Amino acid sequence: MSARFTPDGVVLLRLLRSPETARELSCREWEDVLWQARVTRLGGRLWHQLRNQALPPAVRRRLSAAFVEGEYERRQMLWEIDRLQAILADFIVLKGGAYAAAGFDLALGRPAGDLDIMVPFEWLGETERKLLERGWEHVIIDEYDQRYYRRWMHELPPLRHRERATDLDLHHAIAPRSSRLRVAMAPIFSAAVPIRSGVRMLSPPDLVLHSAVHLFHDGEVAGSLRDLVDLDWLLRRFDNHEFWHALVPRAIGLGLGRPLYYGLRYARRILATPIPDAVLRASEVMRPPAPVLAFMDFAVPHALIPATSGITRLAARFSWFCLYVRSHWLRMSTLPLLGHLTRKLARRWRSRSAEA
Amino acid sequence: MKLGALSLDQVRSQLRHASVRLRVGPFAIAVSADDPDFAATLHFLYQDFPLLKDEEPAEFRIRVDYPHGLRRWWRRQVRFFLDDTEPFEPFPSNLAMPFFEWGLNWCIYEHAHEFLIVHAAVVERNGRALVLPAEPGSGKSTLCAALVLEGWRLLSDEFALIAAPDGRVLSIPRPIGLKERSIGIIRALSDTAELGPTFVDTRKGDVAHLRPPGGSVRSASESAMVGWIVFPSYLAGAENRLEPLSKAAGFAKASDDCFNYELLGATGFEFLASVIDNCECFDLTFSNLRAAIDLIDSITAPRSAE
Repeated sequence: MSARFTPDGVVLLRLLRSPETARELSCREWEDVLWQARVTRLGGRLWHQLRNQALPPAVRRRLSAAFVEGEYERRQMLWEIDRLQAILADFIVLKGGAYAAAGFDLALGRPAGDLDIMVPFEWLGETERKLLERGWEHVIIDEYDQRYYRRWMHELPPLRHRERATDLDLHHAIAPRSSRLRVAMAPIFSAAVPIRSGVRMLSPPDLVLHSAVHLFHDGEVAGSLRDLVDLDWLLRRFDNHEFWHALVPRAIGLGLGRPLYYGLRYARRILATPIPDAVLRASEVMRPPAPVLAFMDFAVPHALIPATSGITRLAARFSWFCLYVRSHWLRMSTLPLLGHLTRKLARRWRSRSAEA
Repeated sequence: MKLGALSLDQVRSQLRHASVRLRVGPFAIAVSADDPDFAATLHFLYQDFPLLKDEEPAEFRIRVDYPHGLRRWWRRQVRFFLDDTEPFEPFPSNLAMPFFEWGLNWCIYEHAHEFLIVHAAVVERNGRALVLPAEPGSGKSTLCAALVLEGWRLLSDEFALIAAPDGRVLSIPRPIGLKERSIGIIRALSDTAELGPTFVDTRKGDVAHLRPPGGSVRSASESAMVGWIVFPSYLAGAENRLEPLSKAAGFAKASDDCFNYELLGATGFEFLASVIDNCECFDLTFSNLRAAIDLIDSITAPRSAE
């Protein structure tokens, strides 16, 4: 296998794109599917797509078990949202929590991870106080890290529940404050739609935009195939004229053109997401410069997809590193970034010499 | 075809160049390893286990391997991989077999949520299973080995797997891991006990494995109705006692001994309730193995018609 990426060369992607190809898989390919599903945590999703087909017994067992595990996390998340309803008057639930609370079938068997919620910036102090009073605690004690979050990030330092040990991120924006993306939050809050009393989620275009921002501007991209699967599902689910008509103008209006461009491009390339031609044409104005795009075309698939051979593993490592550097670059403007990295470096050096 | 039908050389070569593919209870596993001693122990302990059919996928691809670089030669270590993930720190190289056994346990309790998994030894006689749930150090494995040498069928030394709300447990009759003094006790108990090599100075002290009887392995596909749950606890110098437990108390204790009771939600409750509904529960405190077996016999012996 060469370092050049073709989605059909990765058996997990082939199954996600066209579940009916399950019939043709060899023994070795099934074993690769189980491995790739395990590392990407997509086993529950695969089970949802494949459960009605004839599958080898070992595959049935592993995928159904992954589904059971995902369902457990979904139940926990719904319970936490229920508890938050009792503490907070009005909040927006983001990502996995929103998919679960809204009853999307995307959430079935999907390992939930942390719970992310969002309130307007002005409510942060009050909200944090209420949460701390009701059993939530700070995970990060270090003073510099606490200040870093509060000054630069789009969320408070993470909280954990004292008894249930669930993690909660309290956001006030969908991109870091220091980020090169400057997102006006007021239109996002006012467009949010109610799910149940006191709980809201982002409007359909904003759900898609947040999913893309999270994948391409909020982390290292690496290992986030699950996020791309979310994005693919949302785009298929909201596939109607009104949604597609609103999407690109909304992205441009909010300053989120670039992440949307990447989201559409790689969802289509990797998961064959159907996207209307008119939307693809309109999205061209958000296209990055050619060298950047060439780099992303190489790095994104390698970082997202479990490597199957020595060459792809090397390519994946290289891609991870570059995307990691990129994620820091995007998250902070130059001066604060330099300050932050110096600080981190000094701390690492001090702890090394303390160990020695 | 059974693993024992292959020669040791064939097993060594398959482990090194491809994999040995085995059915272990309900699971299909593929093992590869480059240690010749590991091959010999696997060949001995797992001799009665069936090989997978051609083109049958394995759900756990396990590799027990030496590291590259210095540690391959100096203070040699061995590593455990599930595909390309390495869930544990390396072990000293002579412990490949115990490492494999613990690693396979990990694969099961970490992933096999299609079952309710009780941490328990299970044996069966006359169609009824005796489940012995317990923490390490409770004498569970010793008791299990002794019962197997008395003629009980081995279902499992480690896991009671419950697959449906039908009161039954599945069989996964892997080698019984004996620790420290238990090794000598079991050896003294029976001349026919077939033990693998003793591994000294593992994290859990000395360890040796009792080879599962061929009959138990041959009937591994047969589940069994649970007749009794006995919670053993070994206590040096204690009086040997067997006390009945209410169903509610038995349920509570057994759910504590599950790996994934909470994770399964309502399903876990239904599966366990179906077992408890159909069996009797007891607490067993013992200091003497013979006395413990006699107490177990007193509740499990087939009653003659009166």
